[in-house]
Amino acid sequence: MSGAVMVSTKINGDVVEFACPTDEVLLDSLRDRAGLTGVKEGCGTGDCGACSITLDEQLVCSCLVLGVEADGRELGTVEGLSDGDQLHPLQKRFIEMAALQCGICTPGFLVAAKALLDKNANPSETEIRYALAGNLCRCTGYDKIVRAVQAAAKDLRKSKKR
Amino acid sequence: MAHDNRYTGQKFQVVGNRFERPDGVDKVTGRARYGADANAPGQLVGLVLRSPHAHAEIKKIDTSKAEKLAGVKAVITSADLPDHTGGNRGMMDILENCMARGRALYDGHAVAAVAAVDAQTARKALKLIKVSYKKRPHVTDVDEAMKDTAPVIHDWVFTGGVDPKPSKPSNIANRTQMGHGDVDAGFADADVIVEHSYKTEQTHQGYIEPHACLASVNPDGSGELWVTTQGPFSYRTVCANLLGMDIAKLKVTSSEIGGGFGGKTHVWTEPLALALSRKANRPVKLVMTRDEVFRATGPTASTSIDVKLGASKFGVITAATLELRYQGGAFPGPWGMLGCMTGFACYNIENQRSVGYDVIVNRPKVAAYRAPSAPMAAYAVESAMDILAQRLGMDAVDLRLLNVAKEGTKAPYGPIYGPIGIEASLRAVKDHPHRKGKLKKNQGRGIACGFWFNIGGQTCVDLNIGTDGTVNLAVGTVDVGGARSSMGMIAAEELGISYHDVKVSVADTASLGHNDTTEGSRGTFSSGMATIFAARDAIDVLKTRAAKMLDVPVEDIVWEQGQARATGKGHGNLPSLTLKEIAAKSGSTGGPIAGHNEVVADGAGMGFACHIADVEVDPETGHSKILRYTVVQDAGKAIHPDYVEGQFQGAAAQGIGWALNEEYIYGADGTLQNPGFLDYRIPVCSDLPFIDTTILEIPNPNHPYGIRGVGETSIVPPLGAIGNAIADATGVRMHHAPMSPVRVLDALDAAAAQAQVSAG
Repeated sequence: MSGAVMVSTKINGDVVEFACPTDEVLLDSLRDRAGLTGVKEGCGTGDCGACSITLDEQLVCSCLVLGVEADGRELGTVEGLSDGDQLHPLQKRFIEMAALQCGICTPGFLVAAKALLDKNANPSETEIRYALAGNLCRCTGYDKIVRAVQAAAKDLRKSKKR
Repeated sequence: MAHDNRYTGQKFQVVGNRFERPDGVDKVTGRARYGADANAPGQLVGLVLRSPHAHAEIKKIDTSKAEKLAGVKAVITSADLPDHTGGNRGMMDILENCMARGRALYDGHAVAAVAAVDAQTARKALKLIKVSYKKRPHVTDVDEAMKDTAPVIHDWVFTGGVDPKPSKPSNIANRTQMGHGDVDAGFADADVIVEHSYKTEQTHQGYIEPHACLASVNPDGSGELWVTTQGPFSYRTVCANLLGMDIAKLKVTSSEIGGGFGGKTHVWTEPLALALSRKANRPVKLVMTRDEVFRATGPTASTSIDVKLGASKFGVITAATLELRYQGGAFPGPWGMLGCMTGFACYNIENQRSVGYDVIVNRPKVAAYRAPSAPMAAYAVESAMDILAQRLGMDAVDLRLLNVAKEGTKAPYGPIYGPIGIEASLRAVKDHPHRKGKLKKNQGRGIACGFWFNIGGQTCVDLNIGTDGTVNLAVGTVDVGGARSSMGMIAAEELGISYHDVKVSVADTASLGHNDTTEGSRGTFSSGMATIFAARDAIDVLKTRAAKMLDVPVEDIVWEQGQARATGKGHGNLPSLTLKEIAAKSGSTGGPIAGHNEVVADGAGMGFACHIADVEVDPETGHSKILRYTVVQDAGKAIHPDYVEGQFQGAAAQGIGWALNEEYIYGADGTLQNPGFLDYRIPVCSDLPFIDTTILEIPNPNHPYGIRGVGETSIVPPLGAIGNAIADATGVRMHHAPMSPVRVLDALDAAAAQAQVSAG
């Protein structure tokens, strides 16, 4: 590894430090250096959303960010979605409503859907469809994904009322 | 022991419910391990150098500089892949497709590969490999490649299926003809004849997970391959053959698979990863980029098709012909034959003939893509059916019903159909509320039918009962979309236990006997059958053990609701024994309790579907928006309805992408212009509405539960249904898919110009 620099980040709430070549994309740093292989590479060009993460709460494709750009920032990946042994309502609904088939796009969809629901607790079907338009799924035709996000949004609204 | 595969009308407790899948938590938490998610000690990074030319002689490959680069552990070319194929041409085609042997046959064809300590070094090494090419003339279009003037790509290909055998080599690898009756007489009897030509462009399966593997070969000739595949056993056979290894010494483990749709039934870079590992004596991880996936794997054929239908004035089809021209990429394929077999399969046509051609061009070797060859043939036939209905002033559904294939109809490829679901599908469509919905300006509705054979094949499973009564089921078909749930449900159903007491795994090749590749919608049909039989074998063992525990003859034991009960005189006071109770004592009644089954699953039930599509065409842009979409398909028996619906919806979405957007675009230089998801645009969430589904259950008589394969059929109707809807919306018939905005706009403009000429 030539030309590496030290990067210090917080990923899913934990401090993570790694040496990173300056030409390495964050996707590879997360997978190969932080061991977070829930972040998937589908294209490497920002077209499929399988590598979706949050960077200081903003939804990004980690294949379009350099690893060194993560220095001093907070990252969120699918591995940080659950609360201890409690799955996030999105994760629960995806399983319960069969919103995944092969599952390779699922981490990206979950991160993107959470980013949507964090901003908009009650999105319309159209809002969901456009918010998830950067995430490609080849198995489901999106039907059950949209329904699962709708159901999870409802769950989250109910749990907030309590 | 032999088991009976006939359908019995058994009542179900577990099957038909919607349980949560066993791999769900792993997949929503990022823990599931796919092709690129495995690592091994000392592993290297493998990368492949690919031809930038459509067709070129490889004069020389100089790898010396790359080999000298610090951190490079192996460089290979075709010289490192000696011919172990023993004259097997099909195997040689696979070897040559994996790496060029003296000639690059398409843009993206592998010419060399490296393994290095990290990706940076491997990328540098690729740049240091010098390849001297001499460009040769190329051809990428199917109709062009068939012309006498086209450059002939292989001097060893002589058109098969013609008599006498041709004396000159040709790009036409094969001609296939099938049908029955007297076509000429049928057309002579016709009151109306409809005749048109259609084209479809090349599409890719578009699985989101690129091909990826981790290969490790030892100097003692043993090896392991972790790989995303639909067929670990066939990968093992092919890789062992190409590498000159013993089949038993290569262990192939199928990772979680991130989509396949047929594209992961063939080996691509796996033999290269194994060869690199063997040369470096270290594990090699090789992951394709998306660009490589598009340029060098997968795609389905592009086609050019002529269809002709003749009918009486009452709508009875008197004759039908198809000529189908499929390009199979740089090597021969079976695609024309599959087109012939499927084109008219939905209809009862007394006089019919289908002729198919397999054509070689300078494009990547075509692979199966969900119901391979059928969608293109159906596009032509279903468009023609609609035109015929219009000419006759008949309803599109009624015309199809009048000519529909039924039990007893002779299929285009010969056999007589058993009970099939196309008539029921059409009737469900006829009565569907979707057909009654109002349409506005620029909106149209179309229907179309589709057929796929489905297959069975070699299958085996192991079912092992633990001492606490929970069950391990090992299957050899890959779980591409929820199959572990279905298999667990079937095992639970047979054994009379809870779904949650069965743990299903996809076995590696060292742990289970050969299983054919998970293709042809065979997974649930075949492994489901083997699971039923294995469970029945286990029940026989359970009964024997119960007899021992109760001290009664085994003939007096019956198995009911997951319990062994003694029947007959004097046994009335004996307790029933649950599976758990018997399992707990297994150590002292004869040891582990298991059931195994090895079967060639025959009698796959044919799949039929009918779709309804509503589209709105923007006359300014030519863009077609899907407003509403309905799938009706016969599943035989839906084991897990969620995942059956998922197959219907996913297949429809792929068909919609094919119909409206997806296509390989080749430049004049023969290179692929759009090898990425930005320019090769698959449907995104905002492109589609909810996809309504109706599951019909017409039992397959050749399966104990009545199962038919469900995975593929519903990619077949969308091209026709959407073409018909666009024609309904605009009055303009599209003869070329994808019916992308630019093509629709051109067709609208041409129609307007024509109308002006006619008016003037």
